[in-house]
Amino acid sequence: MHKPLILALGLLAAAPAFSAGIEIDIEVPRIDVADYRRPYVAVWLERPDNSVAANLAVWYDVKMRNDEGTKWLKDMRQWWRRSGRELTVPIDGVTSATRQPGKHSLSFTAGQAPLGTLAPGEYRLQIEASREHGGRELLSVPISWPPAAAGRSEVRGQHELGTVSVRLVP
Amino acid sequence: MNLRHRFVLSALAFAAAAPLAQAHESWLIPSSTVLSSAGYITVDAAVSNDLFHFTYRPMRVQDNLFITAPDGSRIEPENMVQGQLRTVFDAKLPVAGTYRVGLFNASLMASWKEGSETKRWRGPRAELERNVPAGAAELVVREGVSRIETFATVGNPSALKPSGQGLEMVPVTHPNDLYDGEAATLAFVIDGKPAAGVEVNVMAGGTRYRDQLEKQKLVTDAQGRITYTWPAPGLYYLNAIVSGATGGEQNIERRLAYTATLEVLPQ
Repeated sequence: MHKPLILALGLLAAAPAFSAGIEIDIEVPRIDVADYRRPYVAVWLERPDNSVAANLAVWYDVKMRNDEGTKWLKDMRQWWRRSGRELTVPIDGVTSATRQPGKHSLSFTAGQAPLGTLAPGEYRLQIEASREHGGRELLSVPISWPPAAAGRSEVRGQHELGTVSVRLVP
Repeated sequence: MNLRHRFVLSALAFAAAAPLAQAHESWLIPSSTVLSSAGYITVDAAVSNDLFHFTYRPMRVQDNLFITAPDGSRIEPENMVQGQLRTVFDAKLPVAGTYRVGLFNASLMASWKEGSETKRWRGPRAELERNVPAGAAELVVREGVSRIETFATVGNPSALKPSGQGLEMVPVTHPNDLYDGEAATLAFVIDGKPAAGVEVNVMAGGTRYRDQLEKQKLVTDAQGRITYTWPAPGLYYLNAIVSGATGGEQNIERRLAYTATLEVLPQ
């Protein structure tokens, strides 16, 4: 009777010890237009010199015939410039389908793809969204790695992105 | 009278040697300069002082158009139409890398006297010696070399090599990697060698919607380079003309022109 409970407690206690990481909540805003299409979104970590440390997520239309959904990847133009144009999609664990309006939670663990092992230093978490018949928006959250303590920061988009909150797990 | 006659003749020879003389601006507009994946672009080619509006003449491109793939191979234009105000053609860009789309003109004209008769010859420079007698009287040789080009990239940009003929731009900053508020460095070469002291004019499109041309005059440094910070996103017209005598054994009056349409992207 007690055994499973003890085991579960043990797991909970052990979990933070090996799972430093980044948790990101991205709000895709509900936009009330007739020709609404879900936005393309890219999430990546950039060094101060603009080089890309990790591509974390790319949401695009993966279901179109003949890979035609890739045609608009360039519209996430900072991402395209910084690394998108050098990549071949799909990328396992990074690319996926576009998401509907609402809050989407992403979790990345240090040492595991796609976050991998980050050298200590300053980074920018970049979140870029581009929508057909709509606009484009880029949000940026500064990050120090490794996180000394659990930290949380929040930015709010004005157009194509809602609230983006970032939690660092030490 | 005689003097005037000669003046007209030489002006005609000059015009013939440089068919794209800059009485008006000649330019290309690519439908896209950045593509995610292989596909088509369409290109407009026109002669007009209004950047980039079709208000004067189509550009004649049939004889000297080139579309060069990243590996240096040639791509044939498709669906070419010459209208009253512009020429249009499509280009299929099948693989990743940077494509050069442009027009190249090179012509050379010689005139000299044999007795009272004026002789003329026109042809490629390599054949000049064979066709014009050595020590010809009153020999005048004029050469015009012009290049009008633009660039488009599928996926990752690739390197661009100069041809070594005439006045050319050699990118230091890639021409499909130009961004609002960022400085770009472009090098200029004449016959492949750095061209110092060349005046390069840069003008943003949309002149119809402003009062002044807002032409920026830049001069190349000792390495033939200019550095310019783009003040706004959009299409830009870049133009440089070098004219003068080459000196040496065959004193050739050369007129070298270079024009590019560059797209500057927002941040």
